[in-house]
Amino acid sequence: MIEIVISIFLLTGAGLSVLGSIGIIRFPDVYGRLHAATKSATLGVISIITGVFLYFLMNGIFVGKLLLTIIFVFLTAPVAAFMIARSAYNTQVKMSDQSNQDDLAEAIKEQNRDQ
Amino acid sequence: MAFQILLNIGLAFIWMLLQNEYTFLSFFIGYIVGVALLYFLRRFLHFDFYFRRVVAFFKLILLFAYKLILSNIDMIRIVLSPSMNIKPGIIAVPTKLRTDWEVTLLANLISLTPGTLTMNFSAGGRILYVHSIHVPDKEKAIQEIHESFEKAIMEVTH
Repeated sequence: MIEIVISIFLLTGAGLSVLGSIGIIRFPDVYGRLHAATKSATLGVISIITGVFLYFLMNGIFVGKLLLTIIFVFLTAPVAAFMIARSAYNTQVKMSDQSNQDDLAEAIKEQNRDQ
Repeated sequence: MAFQILLNIGLAFIWMLLQNEYTFLSFFIGYIVGVALLYFLRRFLHFDFYFRRVVAFFKLILLFAYKLILSNIDMIRIVLSPSMNIKPGIIAVPTKLRTDWEVTLLANLISLTPGTLTMNFSAGGRILYVHSIHVPDKEKAIQEIHESFEKAIMEVTH
């Protein structure tokens, strides 16, 4: 029974990672790709780790490091995405043509006008 | 709040001594008894019961897990749709949160939830610039962030 649960966790994780990779190929610009990379990768990695944690727990070993890994993935993934997106924007990487809003460009323009 | 936690730990120690069992389990039971005591005494000692915040924190984590799963379903739908009919854009989200670490937490939570990714701060750090994968309605997106996460974070910190 528990093996089925563990397998579901592992397969979900693997599936999400695959879908994330497909997303990285299919999205039109850097920012869209970051969406795919952050979200799917985070939940994918977390569910794989949860599966591993349960597996060891069934064998009577409590591996605290795995829980720590989950926390660190949570903390670092968004920060990495934030830094990449910001540096991409600051080096004038274009957004895709489908984009219909850019509040940040307006804010920057206003700031430059004030100075 | 720090005083209450200290009091709580003190109560747990006293419990442990009274039980004459120096294990983690008896400390834990003592801690729970202490929480119950503080809850009943909160009116007499004139303080805000700190455990309310702990409960709010767990609520925040649950909300976050739920949103993370939603965001992945959303992502899968967009990735697998053949035409990829999306309208990405950057929206400015003003926030009422005051301290820096609250804003950081909000930015992190936004990054991991449906269709949004924090990508810049204003100079004062009170306006977040959020890249959204699909913005048919800007006002609605901003309101959604305010209703869910900002409110939950405020529950924890105020």
